[in-house]
Amino acid sequence: MHLLVFIKQVPDASQVRVNYNTGTLIREGVPAIINPFDKHAIEEAVRIKEKFSGTVSVITMGPPMAESSLKEALSMGVDNAYLLSDRVFAGSDTLATSYALWAGAKKIIEEKGDVDIFLSGKQAIDGDTAQTGPGIATRFDIPLVTYAIAIKDIDLKKRTIEIVRLIESGAETIETTFPCFITVEEEINKIRYAPLPYLIRAARATIKILNTKNTKIDSSKCGLKNSPTKVKKAFTPQKRERGEMINKGSMQDTLNFLYENIESTLKDMGKI
Amino acid sequence: MKRKDFDVIIVGAGPSGLAAGFVLAKAGVNTIIIERGKFPGSKNVMGGIFYTKAMDDLIPEFYKEAPVERHIIEQNLWFMDDVSHLGVSFKSQKYNSEPFNSFSVFRAKFDRWFAKKVEQMGALIINETVVTQPIVEGGKVVGVKTDRPDGDLYADVVIGADGVNSFLAKQLGLRNKIKPNIVALAVKEVIGLDKEKINDRFQLRSDKEGAAYEMTGPFLDGMEGMAWLYTNSSSISIGVGVVIQDLIEHKTNPNDLLEKIKAHPSVAPLIEGGQTKEYLAHMIPEGGYYATPKLFTDGFLTTGDAIMFVNNVNREGSNLAIESGKLAAKTYLEAKQTGDFSSKSLSRYQDKIRKSFACKDLSMYKNMPKLLEEKRYFLTKYPQFFIDFVYDWFSVDGVSKPDKIKKAKKEFGDKFGYVNFAKDLYAIWRYMIR
Amino acid sequence: MIKQDIGEYKHIWIFVEHKDGKAKSVSFELISKARELAEVLGCEVHTFALGKKVKHLADEVFRYGANKFYFIEDNLLSEYKTEPFRDAASYLIDKYKPEIVLIGATTLGRDLAGTIATKLNTGLTADTTGLDIDKKTNNLLMTRPTFGGNLMATIFCPDNRPQMSTSRPGVYKAVEFSVEGEVVEESFKFNKSNYLKTVIDKTLESEEAVNLNFYDVIVAGGLGMETKENFKYVKELSSILGGTWAASRKAVQMGWAPQTRQVGQTGQTVHPKIYIACGISGAIQHQVGMKSSEIIIAINKDEEAPIFEIATYGIVGETGKILPAMIDLFREKIKKER
Ligand SMILES: Cc1cc2nc3c(=O)[nH]c(=O)nc-3n(C[C@H](O)[C@H](O)[C@H](O)COP(=O)(O)OP(=O)(O)OC[C@H]3O[C@@H](n4cnc5c(N)ncnc54)[C@H](O)[C@@H]3O)c2cc1C
Ligand SMILES: Cc1cc2nc3c(=O)[nH]c(=O)nc-3n(C[C@H](O)[C@H](O)[C@H](O)COP(=O)(O)OP(=O)(O)OC[C@H]3O[C@@H](n4cnc5c(N)ncnc54)[C@H](O)[C@@H]3O)c2cc1C
Ligand SMILES: Nc1ncnc2c1ncn2[C@@H]1O[C@H](COP(=O)(O)O)[C@@H](O)[C@H]1O
Repeated sequence: MHLLVFIKQVPDASQVRVNYNTGTLIREGVPAIINPFDKHAIEEAVRIKEKFSGTVSVITMGPPMAESSLKEALSMGVDNAYLLSDRVFAGSDTLATSYALWAGAKKIIEEKGDVDIFLSGKQAIDGDTAQTGPGIATRFDIPLVTYAIAIKDIDLKKRTIEIVRLIESGAETIETTFPCFITVEEEINKIRYAPLPYLIRAARATIKILNTKNTKIDSSKCGLKNSPTKVKKAFTPQKRERGEMINKGSMQDTLNFLYENIESTLKDMGKI
Repeated sequence: MKRKDFDVIIVGAGPSGLAAGFVLAKAGVNTIIIERGKFPGSKNVMGGIFYTKAMDDLIPEFYKEAPVERHIIEQNLWFMDDVSHLGVSFKSQKYNSEPFNSFSVFRAKFDRWFAKKVEQMGALIINETVVTQPIVEGGKVVGVKTDRPDGDLYADVVIGADGVNSFLAKQLGLRNKIKPNIVALAVKEVIGLDKEKINDRFQLRSDKEGAAYEMTGPFLDGMEGMAWLYTNSSSISIGVGVVIQDLIEHKTNPNDLLEKIKAHPSVAPLIEGGQTKEYLAHMIPEGGYYATPKLFTDGFLTTGDAIMFVNNVNREGSNLAIESGKLAAKTYLEAKQTGDFSSKSLSRYQDKIRKSFACKDLSMYKNMPKLLEEKRYFLTKYPQFFIDFVYDWFSVDGVSKPDKIKKAKKEFGDKFGYVNFAKDLYAIWRYMIR
Repeated sequence: MIKQDIGEYKHIWIFVEHKDGKAKSVSFELISKARELAEVLGCEVHTFALGKKVKHLADEVFRYGANKFYFIEDNLLSEYKTEPFRDAASYLIDKYKPEIVLIGATTLGRDLAGTIATKLNTGLTADTTGLDIDKKTNNLLMTRPTFGGNLMATIFCPDNRPQMSTSRPGVYKAVEFSVEGEVVEESFKFNKSNYLKTVIDKTLESEEAVNLNFYDVIVAGGLGMETKENFKYVKELSSILGGTWAASRKAVQMGWAPQTRQVGQTGQTVHPKIYIACGISGAIQHQVGMKSSEIIIAINKDEEAPIFEIATYGIVGETGKILPAMIDLFREKIKKER
């Protein structure tokens, strides 16, 4: 079985601060991490591999420094790591990104064989778009299963997989066939403390670089210039002001005051 | 057949472990370095003054490529009381030429760079993994256990470069528990400041030149310790280290001491307007020569801070760590020729250490700790007297200069006694110079 | 990028999401917002729905001011599955060429929109909280939060049509505005062998499986709830307010709540109208998941707790005392009002 995981290196959003004077993000000193959801995608792929045997490949599109995230993925038990890196990719929006990743994935398939399961995180914590996975799945024209919280069953003979996913009103179990594309939530698994042999293999592994020269990626479909969406402006939201501390002496008065303050909102929502 | 995963396992990717790894990997030895931090240097967030020589021997002109801050062209030693400082200052343009005597560095950056070099030489560095104990078979160290699943590793030789707390040396019985009188607790801050401001305040002509200050004296209330301040590219490092025993006895907290130093009228203007960017507390072995534990056993060598290889008088540590790492690696290479990694074969390491400049330096200062323990007033009363005298000397108050000298002579005689003073001078000579 | 003849494209389309034949309120919110935009553009607001039985939704969308209602009914669409929905929607959009397509940023909407945009080779701006028309160019300006709400970006799609966006529920107000609309039935020839997904089981919302984003009131408990037992207050208060309950990571780690109910960086990002944080310190990782809530009420015994920095209303005190009193009061008031 061959599993391919899409991972993105992101700035740790929880450490990004806003400079309200200049309206920009302070990214200096913010560590670059593997998008947390993607780590669970890696973990899930490695678990499936351990159970059914096979190989796990990962790919990331990003600048050369994203290599460190690939190394980390390798140390979690991944077998092959690919860095899709080229100047022409800079500034790609989700349509262009999913195009490049799709083309990159095809190159990996050429090298390492057909992929049975593609995995990605449900969304990246920097952009929060949750679009890249659906985009790639559509280009491959394979079944897409988003927001997966568990993989229940895999039948290698029938080449089917049962996945539990979140929906608005609860959860549903889907059965689909290989190849398929799954985007995962955090609760799909707990990330294990990787065994030492994985780390040693990762330290020895080399990362393969993919770019417009060694793949069939059409550079007229990538990058800022060729992305349909453009950023007109970026600005910081109004700083959330510290609100009101309510203390009206007695608890009853305090709570009554609170209620009066939110009554109209409750009305608008049709709660009362 | 006996299991063997690597030729050498190095525990700890500090300067000494990395130096050992560099030499070994360069000689084609199959080497792995295990580091518990997220990356080399991450546990040692801040830096220090890095003396060039040992590293330059290893990687010539490393400073052209490595992340260094400023090369130091001025060194100051200040004796301070609460309101004054009496300083000795040395600045020389000789320090402005390559290969430079010393640099200020940030360990997180520097060690990371060094680690890359070591990896390029072919050693494996495994981060985020803690070595929990040595594996000993038949009285010989044959590997280590780590906290990872499937985490045992076997090798011909293990090098313990695991820093001042060295669990390995302790577990192997090479050293005793560190006593509070031979370790200092250091606290340190990095204060961000504009390059131009630093150049102005410290009279430096470019942001490559740097200055360093060491401070001691009565403001420490008789505790044995040293404060320091030096310039980085666009920040200032300031810190203080005090022997733990003294902290306990004086019921003092090093953070308060650091605040006191930052507020000192001679120091405050140097750091004014800066913003604290990082904060660190760490132990420094201060035991010097006598604290050095046994350096080896069957299949095992230990280096750097783990052998208390720190010259606390001249604030050297990382360069000595590098030196000892190199020597450990060379010892291994020699032993490899015969395939004998027994204690006897590895004992060559001890000789090498003895012959090194570092050990000679340590030997020179070997009685310092003891001397200071006995004659604590070296740090308090003498400096205070001289500060007061200088103050008096420069004050124009109607008393003639000859009279001032006369008065001082008398006071000195009353306070210390000339005979005692002579004895103290002799003691210093006997303890240190001889 | 191949430029399209964008002049061909006209009108604003709204995807009508429904569950078991009942339309989601976000669809009406978007119709109302689209009417504003249509006025600037001088065009109409059209809607489209897919399902087994959806024709009846026409009346509802006309009530909110949609001028047209397109629909496809097919057994294959009886349950939501990405691929047949994607293909049917793409077919309609490709055929009628609207200049703007808006879809609710619900779980379903976000699953679907990316696949449609890829099929149509156009831009999509996800999860927007603001929509506007650039008067000079008539481009749609779509504003959305990124970096956990730390930065807002205004995005536009100058050369491709349709301009697509998923929009957060609850941002716009649904305003009734009756229109005599036109109903257009369409059909699509599905190639059934293309669809390899079956839903074999659905579990209704449970402790374990819940989509917090669905709720306009969330009551969340943290370590300051002190015991698992005490979480009953959190649950009760949320049910009185017609919302749901959630937890901080520490509470999840204590086993007081399933991970699916975790709010924050590695849990769910929520933006309800009212978020009540009970015994939650307000660590940054928690904040990124909830700080865009409209009203934040924080209860914490430590008046220095960082949660108070972002709370609209803060009450200092013990959760074990305040929550029972709050439950009584709200139950009373809500009963009275009804
Ligand atoms: C505040 C302060 C200021 C200093 N200033 C200077 C100065 O100005 N100039 C100077 O030259 N020196 C200075 N030193 C001393 C210098 O930092 C040390 O001497 C030097 O770092 C020693 O190197 P080392 O490799 O022996 O140990 P370390 O640098 O301590 O490295 C040991 C490494 O081993 C790792 N490790 C430990 N245990 C384990 C384990 N069980 N498993 C895996 N990994 C483990 C640690 O994470 C660490 O990375 C200073 C020290 C301090 C604390
Ligand atoms: C990579 C990463 C990802 C993370 N992701 C998330 C995430 O998605 N979601 C998340 O929530 N956290 C996350 N965290 C953890 C986060 O940093 C905090 O540890 C966590 O949010 C704290 O939970 P808490 O507020 O319940 O607990 P604490 O921080 O322990 O706070 C408990 C609060 O309760 C108050 N309190 C105690 N007793 C009472 C009482 N009787 N009455 C009233 N108040 C009381 C205390 O004053 C305190 O403020 C993440 C951390 C990391 C490192
Ligand atoms: N540049 C990228 N390289 C590899 N995978 C990516 C990249 N961007 C997004 N992804 C994957 O797509 C998922 C959703 O990302 P997004 O659409 O940006 O929210 C992420 O969790 C990743 O798995």
